[in-house]
Amino acid sequence: MSLLAAQTQGFLSPTGVEIAFLLVGIVTLGAAVVTVTTKQLVHAALWLVVALGGLAVEYLLLTAEFIAWVQVLIYVGSVIVLLLFGLMLTRAPIGRSPDADSGNRWVALGVAVAAAAALVWVVVDAFRATWIDLDGPARGTTEVSGRMLFRHWVLPFEGLSVLLLAALVGAIVLSRLRKDTEEKR
Amino acid sequence: MHLAYPAVLAALLFCTGLYGVLARRNAILVLMSVELMLNAVNLNLVAFDVWLRDALHAGQALTLFTIAIAAAEIGIGLAIVLLVYRNRGSSDIDRLRDLAEGDAQDAAAPPDGPGGTGPGGAGRGPGTPPGDGPDGTDNGGTDNGGTDNKAEAAA
Repeated sequence: MSLLAAQTQGFLSPTGVEIAFLLVGIVTLGAAVVTVTTKQLVHAALWLVVALGGLAVEYLLLTAEFIAWVQVLIYVGSVIVLLLFGLMLTRAPIGRSPDADSGNRWVALGVAVAAAAALVWVVVDAFRATWIDLDGPARGTTEVSGRMLFRHWVLPFEGLSVLLLAALVGAIVLSRLRKDTEEKR
Repeated sequence: MHLAYPAVLAALLFCTGLYGVLARRNAILVLMSVELMLNAVNLNLVAFDVWLRDALHAGQALTLFTIAIAAAEIGIGLAIVLLVYRNRGSSDIDRLRDLAEGDAQDAAAPPDGPGGTGPGGAGRGPGTPPGDGPDGTDNGGTDNGGTDNKAEAAA
């Protein structure tokens, strides 16, 4: 079956969705690389917005519509804002900070390049003749997502809400000023 | 669409995040890199869900759960980083060496500049940690003084 698919869908004749995916993927990857290499801390957070927004577009291209909007709402809307608040509360320098990278960055680069080479090799070798069928009804509209979430995944969903509550309480407890240690000093 | 496109993109994004986690010094930048890695996993989950046409939509459900857990993780992580900054006056992860064995010179030099970081804690008194070593005057101390002055200037 995969051979038949390989005959009908050539690797050298990409469809429009593939070209769009490739272009947005290049932008996303570039923004991610700038995020981990820039010396200006606030710019890193803003480039992370570009990377996460590009990933939302990739979800849309993969017909996972609901996930894409959740990505925009949660990541771009709240996580980045939290990170910016964190940067400001720890009084990150606004301009270029020469010590943004630690001393072991070349070791880190070696590890990352080796991992990337191994992963890309394995993945390309494994899925050389595999195609996603994007035609037909969309896989991730809000209706489909709601049905599957509240029909098959209700219990994990509720457990997740308990986890979020615990995380919220934990964050408040951690960031509260402690009176007793204050008096002890 | 060829499945290799999202799979390769996810692998490359994951390795970018891996580099960031290993190479960054500021704790908040490390958290950003962790977000990149989690997002690479999410892209994989969505792509394989669309490919497999699973009746339970397990990939997309797990993606939603991962996003929620990542939000919880970033909240707790930032609370911890702020707490460390308030107690230490620095959020550089390679200065947090109290548990390191061996070179006591580095371990005994937590930043002695928190006089400048006290106002960050809004009336938290003198922000010097109680375990501050008396010999905080080696190169670590002066280096930290320089960065602290820069932070002052930037603020």
